Parts: sequence; structure tokens; C-alpha cells
Amino acid sequence: MSVLELRALEKHYGRIQAVNGFDLKSEEGELLAILGPSGSGKSTLMRMIAGLEKPSSGDILLDGQSVLGIPPRDRNVAMVFQSFALYPHMSVRDNILFPLVSRKVPKSQHQAKLDEVTRILEVDDLLDRRPTRLSGGQQQKVALARALVRDPELFVFDEPLSSLDAQIRSQARAELRELHDRTRITTLYVTHDQLEALGLADRVAVINKGRLHQVGTPRELYNDPADLFVAGFIGNPPMNLLPLDEHTVAGLRPEHLRLHADAPDGDYVLDMQVAIEHVEYLGSEWLGYGTVQSGLADIDQQRQHVVARLPASIEPRFSPGEQWRFVGARADVRLFDRASGERKASQAGVAA
Amino acid sequence: MSKAAATVATARDGGALARLARWLDQPKVLAWLMLGPAVLYVVAFVGFPFVLAIALSLSDATIGDPSLDNFVGLSNYATVIQTDAFQLALRNSLIVTAGVICLILVLATLASELLVYSFRGKRLFQTLFILPWAMPVSLAAIVWLWFLDSTFSPVDWILVELGVLGPGSPLGPYSHMYYLGREWLGLASTIVADVWRMLPLATIIVLAGRLSIPEERFEQARIDGAGVFRILFRITIPALKPMLIVAILFTSLLVIGEMSMIEILTRGGPGHSTQVLPYWAYLKGIAGGSLAQGAAIALFLFPFLLVVSVLALRAAYRAQEA
Repeated sequence: MSVLELRALEKHYGRIQAVNGFDLKSEEGELLAILGPSGSGKSTLMRMIAGLEKPSSGDILLDGQSVLGIPPRDRNVAMVFQSFALYPHMSVRDNILFPLVSRKVPKSQHQAKLDEVTRILEVDDLLDRRPTRLSGGQQQKVALARALVRDPELFVFDEPLSSLDAQIRSQARAELRELHDRTRITTLYVTHDQLEALGLADRVAVINKGRLHQVGTPRELYNDPADLFVAGFIGNPPMNLLPLDEHTVAGLRPEHLRLHADAPDGDYVLDMQVAIEHVEYLGSEWLGYGTVQSGLADIDQQRQHVVARLPASIEPRFSPGEQWRFVGARADVRLFDRASGERKASQAGVAA
Repeated sequence: MSKAAATVATARDGGALARLARWLDQPKVLAWLMLGPAVLYVVAFVGFPFVLAIALSLSDATIGDPSLDNFVGLSNYATVIQTDAFQLALRNSLIVTAGVICLILVLATLASELLVYSFRGKRLFQTLFILPWAMPVSLAAIVWLWFLDSTFSPVDWILVELGVLGPGSPLGPYSHMYYLGREWLGLASTIVADVWRMLPLATIIVLAGRLSIPEERFEQARIDGAGVFRILFRITIPALKPMLIVAILFTSLLVIGEMSMIEILTRGGPGHSTQVLPYWAYLKGIAGGSLAQGAAIALFLFPFLLVVSVLALRAAYRAQEA
């Protein structure tokens, strides 16, 4: 159990800035997800922590000690690659034991460690097989066992679920969380899939273009996005982002966009006429898509699209082609500065 | 698509040309048309000489009487095996091939390790590296001849300058090594020259295998704590196994059937001490006029090579599958 800390970490390749001034500190034994779209710099970040890349500047600390200049083999950081990177010509047993053999751990301890990790990950019956003969889920477990066998201070997972079939992904997610709860090893979980990050992590760091946008619990990210990027990235469908005036953008979750008729009294920040374009039934919910006809600042002469979400139990009253009055309550609306994208101190100075 | 369209267009014209086009467009006709030249080549220049060689080795044909009318069974083989020259040639062929393979294995692996990394001047290095393969054998052999000359060898000169050759030095009182005039030095020189020539091909084969190993596997090994040698022997070489087998196969087949290098360097001498099978077959069969015995010498190793090749290719295939 260790604390990972990144201080003003930067990495550029020539003029391309991959990681741009990164400050981040994990809690002890935390499962911290790094969430960002592809090309956001999360792989570079992870490779620097594992020691595969040298930072251009800044510092990486494990338990308060800088690990810069320490080669990967001497850092006690275990990494699981997206491809699992199993050694194809070795048996599963030799794969799992490889870190021990490489680190010259006395042979007498091998069996005990092997038994321990194979029991935790339930791969006892695979030991004599070749990795190429295993299913994706089995390969993942072997990769985890190999990472776990040397008692790392820090786990780094690179998109560990993305090479699994969709059916077993949620099960594998649960197993990963269970593994973490059992071992309490501080874990960095890198992914582009917000469902994985929000569903699995204690806290999530959202990054884009090498910059850290927000660190917080999944609830904080969803309810209180720190800026327009997080607001537009987290949530599916994402927040409706609507211009209120020249300086302010209002963010409203689809489930908070409601018919005026359903809630006639209230303190509204948003009050719009919306032309319904189409309505989708998705099993557990309805999604209504529309264009705002009036009620917003007319900036850029752009037609604003909005999405509303209703639970499946409520039959929507609106249908395509109609116009309805939609509102957003002051408590639900988040305000952002149009120019900087930063969150504005809530509710202050907005004329409804 | 466009070909099909063209066919339809000409078919609509309905002339003789259109009928010809339609006939040519049939898969069976087209296949034979495309394959024909290659089949013809293989039959005329590989199949026929090979069968002829077998027939010759079982006859009593000579340059003076090249007819195949007298079948003598395996007696040519029995005769040539008993001669000293043949036994020396067989031994030397095996020594040279084995020596070349051992050196090539080590050097090709090292060279491919070097060539996967990018460094300043890599393109120039690659070009120079491939040169020995592109150079005509005779030209290369002549350069080696100068290198190893009994009087003018620059290697000797360097050794003398370094103080390891010459009166009162470790390598003896003479100022020359006479590389090509001594049995073992002659063989060693042949091995070195052959390695120099074969290394580019072997390296390209091994490099292809090296480049197909995903980089993440090496990064994983580094994170797992493996050092340079453990990565080389436990990760890289096992993954290169199929390509190494193919490289060995190609090199040994080329070396064991190659005579120009030895012909120019030592002419098999002194005596027959550096004789090799293909050159002895040539001397016996063409220069000496005994076509039948020459063919027997040349074919002597064929069954072994065939079996070894089949086994090696199978092993390579299995290693690839694993």
C-alpha cells in the first residue's frame, strides 16, 4: 500500500506536448482511474510511472521517494498491458513465476507465492497450459497473477478490459474490484471508457490533451463537473450545454430537463420552447431529442440541440413534430464560463 | 470489376476477339496461362537436370561417352566413397557448414538486435551491411584472396604491428600466417568468408522475426525485472526460434552447395586438405571427365539434406504455432 504522487509532470516529444503539467496524488490503497479520450496522454502518463518513458520535467514519487532515474526493473510497479503481453512460449506457471525468477527471489519461496496468487485469481487448473490456448478472460487473470506475484507497491492497468468480449467485461470489472478490495494495493486504472472508470474507481482523474481537468469521486464528476470538458465528457448522453448569455453556458443533465407542465412552479434558470425531433425507447429509459426554438441567448446563430431523459415507467407525453415548454431548475443547472470553460460560482449573477 | 466490365463490353461486340477474351477469362485457362512459365522453368532447369544427375550417377557415363546405356547401380557411389579426397571433402563440407551456421546464429541474432533500434546513420549502416550479399561471389572472393595473401595480407601486417606475429611473438617466428596454405587456417578462412557473405541474408530473415515481436512483451519483461541477458535468452530467442531455423536452413543449403569461394581461395588445396563436396564433384565430373562419379559425389548428401530440410521446416512451423 503506497501513495503515488505526480508533481508538475511534463512530457513532450519534440514540439508535441503529451503530458502537460500534471499534479496528482493518490490516497493509500486507492483505486484511481485515469479517464480520457484517446490521444489524451494517459498512456504516456502510465508509461512514465512504470519507468518506460522519461519525463521531460517534474517528479514522480512513491511514498514520498522520487523514483525518477530508477529503471522499471527496480521500481516496484507492476503493469498490466491492454494486450496482457503474456510470454507465449512459456507455460502459465512460468509466466507467473517470471517476475520472481527475474528478481532472483529464492526458489524456496516460489511455490508459496504461486499458490497464493493462483488461489486468489482461480487459475490453478491452467498452470501447465500455454497462454495462446487461453480465452481472453483467462489471459487477463494470468496477467493479473503475474503482476500480483511480486507484491507490488503500485498496480498500473492499461485498459485491462478493452480486449475482452463485451459479455464478460462487466464480470471482469467486478472481479477486478474484488481483487483490489482484497489486496488493497494502490491501483492506477487507465481507460477511455467512462463506464469502467465510474463503475470501478474510488476516484477518477479526467484528462484531455495532456492536462488534468478534474479529480473526484464518480459522483462529484457527474454532479459537479469542474469545467466544460468534464461536463461534456462524463455521462451518456452528456450534459446539455446551452448558452445563457454572452459569458455563461448552462449545463443540465438530460434527466433534469423537464416539461414545464410536470413542474409548473419553481426557480428556473432555463425556460425554453423545444421542437421534438425524435424519441427513443431504450428499455430502461426514454430519450427525447429536440431543437431549442426560443429561450436561449442567440449566439453564433446556431440551433441548439437538447436531450431529455425519462424513466421507462413514464410514457413521454411529447412526440416528434410537436413543440413543448421545457425547464431547468436552478438547483440542477451548472454554470460555466464561456471563454475559459471553467465552472462559475454557482447561481451567482444570473438573470433568469 | 473493371475487367469484368471490359469482358462484358467486348462480349457485346460479339467478334472473334470477344470469344477469345471470354475463353481466356475462364479460371482454368487463366490459371495455366499464369502458371505456365514458372512450371516450364522449374521442369526445364530444375527437374530435368536433377533427374539427369540421378541417371548419370547410376550409369558409367564419361565426357567421352555420355550415353546412359549402361546401368551400373550404386557402384559409382561405392567407388567415390572409398577415395581419400571424397572423405576429406565430406568432412570439410560438414565442418565449414557447421562453422558457418554457428557463427551466423550468433551474429545474425546480434545484428538483428542492433537493427531494430533506430540510431544516427542507420540507413548507411544497413546499406553497407547488405553489400556482401549483393556483391558477385568471384569479386568478393578476390578481395578475400588479397586479404589472406601469403605475402601481401593486410591482416598479417596488422598482426605484426600489434606484435602478435613475427619473430619472438605469440603467433610464431614468421611474419606471415599463410592462411590459405595450411589445412585448418584454410578452412577457417573459408568459414569467415562464407559467414561474411551469408550474414546479410540470415540477418534479414531473423530481423523479420524480431520485428514481429510486439514491443509490449519486452516492456513487460523489463517491468517484471528481467535484465538484458534474461530478455535475450528467455524472451527474444524463443520467439525468434522459427526464423532462426529458417535462417539456418537457407544458410546451410547455400553453403553446402557452394564451390566458387573455395575454388578461388584455395582450389581445395594444399592437396585435398580444404576440398569440399561440390568442388570435388566438379573436378571429378567436369574437369576429370567422369560424369557418373561426379554426379554421385554431388548427389551424395541429397537424401540427408532432404530429410533435414523437412524436419527443420516442420520444427519451424510447430514453433510458429506454439
